[in-house]
Amino acid sequence: MPKGNIINRDSFLTNVRDKIGGIAADKPVKKPSWSVSPQKKVLEGYDQDQLISVLREQCKEIHTDFYQTTVAELTGTITEVMEEYESESIVYSDDPRFDNANMEEYLQGLNAFKWDRNDRENSIKIAERAEVGITFSDITLAESGTVVLLNDKGQGRSVSLLPANYIAIIPKTSIVKRMTQATDYIHAQLEKGEDIASCINFITGPSNSADIEMNLVVGVHGPIRAAYIVVDDL
Amino acid sequence: MPMHIGEKDFKKRVTKGLEDDFMRGAVRSAQGRLQDKRATAADELGDWEEWRTLGSEIRSHTIEHLDYYLHQLSEKVAELGGHVFFAETGAEANEYIQKVATEKKAKKIAKSKSMVTEEISMNEALEDIGCEVIETDLGEYILQLDDHDPPSHIVAPALHKNKEQIRDVFQEKLAYLKSEKPEELALFAREKLREEFLSADLGITGCNFAVAESGSFALVTNEGNARMVSALPKTQITVMGMERIVPGWEELDIVVSLLTRAAVGQKLTSYITALTGPKQLEEADGPEEFHLVIVDNGRSKILGTEFQEALHCIRCAACINVCPVYRHVGGHAYGSIYPGPIGAVLSPLLSDYDEYKELPYASSLCGACTEVCPVKIPLHEQLIMHRRKIVEDEKKTTLSERVVMRGFEQLVNSANLYRTATKMAPFLTTPFAKNQLITKGPGPLKHWTHARDFPQPANERFRDWFEDRQKRGEKNA
Ligand code: SF4
Repeated sequence: MPKGNIINRDSFLTNVRDKIGGIAADKPVKKPSWSVSPQKKVLEGYDQDQLISVLREQCKEIHTDFYQTTVAELTGTITEVMEEYESESIVYSDDPRFDNANMEEYLQGLNAFKWDRNDRENSIKIAERAEVGITFSDITLAESGTVVLLNDKGQGRSVSLLPANYIAIIPKTSIVKRMTQATDYIHAQLEKGEDIASCINFITGPSNSADIEMNLVVGVHGPIRAAYIVVDDL
Repeated sequence: MPMHIGEKDFKKRVTKGLEDDFMRGAVRSAQGRLQDKRATAADELGDWEEWRTLGSEIRSHTIEHLDYYLHQLSEKVAELGGHVFFAETGAEANEYIQKVATEKKAKKIAKSKSMVTEEISMNEALEDIGCEVIETDLGEYILQLDDHDPPSHIVAPALHKNKEQIRDVFQEKLAYLKSEKPEELALFAREKLREEFLSADLGITGCNFAVAESGSFALVTNEGNARMVSALPKTQITVMGMERIVPGWEELDIVVSLLTRAAVGQKLTSYITALTGPKQLEEADGPEEFHLVIVDNGRSKILGTEFQEALHCIRCAACINVCPVYRHVGGHAYGSIYPGPIGAVLSPLLSDYDEYKELPYASSLCGACTEVCPVKIPLHEQLIMHRRKIVEDEKKTTLSERVVMRGFEQLVNSANLYRTATKMAPFLTTPFAKNQLITKGPGPLKHWTHARDFPQPANERFRDWFEDRQKRGEKNA
């Protein structure tokens, strides 16, 4: 992609610099080392199974259904959730992990659409009508009950957003303590000179609003129900 | 909507707030609930004071080197193929946004909640060139439908409306036929707004925090409208106040954790969406074209002054939720889209004392705001500085007001007394709620009420405020 335009920067930043008495903007500023780091102490020493318990508890807070299963049982669990949500149609991301978890065949047998990275109109149209959207979680935050989706290429921003219900498949190995570990990962990507995903979504349960008399209503724009399925051997 | 909202006259705005029983009930219960949730969430996080220290260090450093980080941000965004426009004034920002809308032949624009676009009256500017702008945050949507009723809280903009009123607005404007149940109202809005998202030509978002090191920016929401706005329209414009930035992802973690806990008592909100440039190859959804508009609009006037810390604000509304004055008069009384303690500090700075000179006095100086602020902005001290400036620097006031100022200073300078008064705040707010006027209290409360009864000069607007309150107390008794 060609470089974008930057307009009015010089005069704007000169004014800012004059006011704060800063040094020239192209001279690097060294970030200080912060005096405290409370974020590192959260859930310190928890092992993977303890983190799963934290995640399970947190799911109650965020109105999210929690399941735990194995690769062998995964399709059965998904069928169970689909029945619970009285849903038939599915949209899922174009992601090799579905194949790795032996799910492609299962999905093909259902009313399921694989997100098409080359067809914007049709993909959005189908996702908008689908009853369930399914994606993998890239990083899962135990503390807040959050699945982090590094949305690029075939992932599709809409898959976890437009359908009425959302299922996140959570590899046990993707579970970390909190947001700190996710932002560390993204920072490390940048340090290595890698591109980061154009849209990184931190999703914590179904969509909701408290705008009407402070009453919590779930499912305002995004999914109305959400399920997390932790897979022990992924 | 411009920054200034409602009645021009401060007294009339306050009186109106005092007369609105539902509003005051709603504010009271919302404040209580948000405050409880914040306190619980802060407890759960472990050492809340350490978190605040870190938040405050990050914000201080970033604002001290704002030019550097904005430079880095703009370089990164441009490298990714996005365009960056630096706007010194609201008018410049609007002109640029109009230009993009015209080039894209945009008819319909879907917008997610953004304070800075309210501040610069962006919607009006776009309507002037024939665009239809749709607010997609549920609260904002309700206000927009109701002939642009102004917001009254920065996190819950339609707080002053009850569900029956919302039902009536939907009935009148959209031929809604169902009940006033929040679920039914929300479902109806969901369906209506879906159509709008899918047919919008242009999406406009605000920005909670930009991340300089990667040219990203994060949107913090619960409803998911910001996700819609950044996934469906082919062109996206993001408008940010120039101070809404952090150096890197490490700092993003901290400010987002502080924001969601202090604002709504959640560990994280339902959606935190970090966007980096326009969509890349092999991506089907997301904007093909991306513009970032960075707005000054009076902010640089604050840099290098004793008010610089006001720019550390992360817009969590915690100070609003604890404020006994906000509780009593409601958001509209401030006459600014930024209400509560932070509004009283910020509005006169972004605008001027002529327009907002009463606001620094719309505070009891109890200091509760300063205690809850997740980035440790000394709000009540800033209010005192405002008063001092108004009274002494600007010489705009009478001698008697200067006398009052010294009284406040005495109170606040006595650190012990101030701390005890702060601790007493919860007790004080209960009688407030019952419309009883406290005139005398035991121990430290006596000093506090003594200060409240300090001789008021004739043109002190809060005189009227107290009088009104007394009358209401009699009426309700
Ligand atoms: S001043 Fe502090 S408490 Fe008030 S909104 Fe800003 S960050 Fe929150």
